[in-house]
Amino acid sequence: MERTAWTDLSLAVSGWGCVRNGRVLLRELSFELGPGQLLVLKGRNGAGKSTLLRSLAGLMPWRAGRLSWAGQTLQPNAAPYQQQLAYLSHQAGMNDALTALENLRFALALHGQAWNAVHVAQTLATLGLQDLASRPFGRLSQGQRRRLGLARVVLGNRPLWLLDEPDNALDDEGSACLAAILAAHCAVGGLAIVATHRGLALPDDGMRTLDLSRPARAGAAQEAAC
Amino acid sequence: MLSAVFVREMRLAVRRPAQALSGLLFFVLVGSLFPLALGPDTALLRQIAPGVVWVAALLALLLGQHRLFEADLADGALEQWALAATPLWLLVGMKVAAQWLLAAVPLLLAAPLLGWQYGMGAEAMAVLLAALALGTPSLSLLAALGAALTLGLRGQLLLALVVLPLSIPVLIFGSHAVTQASLGLSAAPALNLLGACLCLALLATPWAIAQALRLALE
Repeated sequence: MERTAWTDLSLAVSGWGCVRNGRVLLRELSFELGPGQLLVLKGRNGAGKSTLLRSLAGLMPWRAGRLSWAGQTLQPNAAPYQQQLAYLSHQAGMNDALTALENLRFALALHGQAWNAVHVAQTLATLGLQDLASRPFGRLSQGQRRRLGLARVVLGNRPLWLLDEPDNALDDEGSACLAAILAAHCAVGGLAIVATHRGLALPDDGMRTLDLSRPARAGAAQEAAC
Repeated sequence: MLSAVFVREMRLAVRRPAQALSGLLFFVLVGSLFPLALGPDTALLRQIAPGVVWVAALLALLLGQHRLFEADLADGALEQWALAATPLWLLVGMKVAAQWLLAAVPLLLAAPLLGWQYGMGAEAMAVLLAALALGTPSLSLLAALGAALTLGLRGQLLLALVVLPLSIPVLIFGSHAVTQASLGLSAAPALNLLGACLCLALLATPWAIAQALRLALE
């Protein structure tokens, strides 16, 4: 697979705070990610994992903090930054009435990626989706939808991945696929922030964990090397 | 990129044709009910024709519009639109253009059918088509704005409450143009004003729709 390699990209977040429904959900959150690094978000239900990912994607307002991407401080909803990230929410963002391939083609057009049939076929085969490409998205199982969402993230070819529970509904083989995809992404210098409950089957080097369910202490570094 | 949005909308309409055709059916049915109810009074029918056709077109365009962004919000597609390489207002503008083609062009094709029922002359009919062609894009844009503002809320009534007051100028100028033509007067001033409304809608609404969608995503 020919992939562009990214160098000297970094994401630094400091003093991040979010308010959701009138409740302070995240407070004084700080972390840094260098090229090829992966941050695993952990935390109980309602701890703010999805909120953090959405606010980092610029899809919801944040109350406090600074975000700098590749050394530049900017707003998370600035277009140049948003065009560098791939976000996978709980839904794959695909329409039930269109086939998997049509959905994927549209998603790649949205990402501004040219359609490379060989590359797409390879990726679908890696994820075990090659036989499902012409089936309507609405007929796929939850796990297959998740895999297609991952295919979109991989093919989108963007350096920063924000994945919200990508291992949801995946079987063991799917989880292994996910780990392989993340390892490949980090190997070419990409960054990823992954919220998960189950943990990723990945080697520990280059992977860090941020636990959101700990009580926030102002100013205290919350990250710990895994 | 923009053609991808267009192709997607067309594909969805082909897969679910009922939604695209219900507006057309509504337009023809409502337009045909008035002559049946009022009886064969040619002078009266000719007098009310512009207003009836325009109101029928407006309501037909609003029909089902509250669902415009609903599926995209529910399946997470809107989030991807917001992160796309193309600005959101352009994508939204393209979606509305596709929706206009799907919803309003059939109305334009069916409008002569209604015109004949009301005994409209050839000149008035031509002006009616021109007025509908100029006015319906504004209505589609306003309906999309209403859909974006009321996204995530239940019920269609709110959309009508938002959109109907805003569409009054289009309704007035549109029916006025046809009335002028049927009286043998120049329809140009009213058509010019319809064009001005369209320019205003084209300038302001795509941006406003994009902002409303971003708010709905939060």
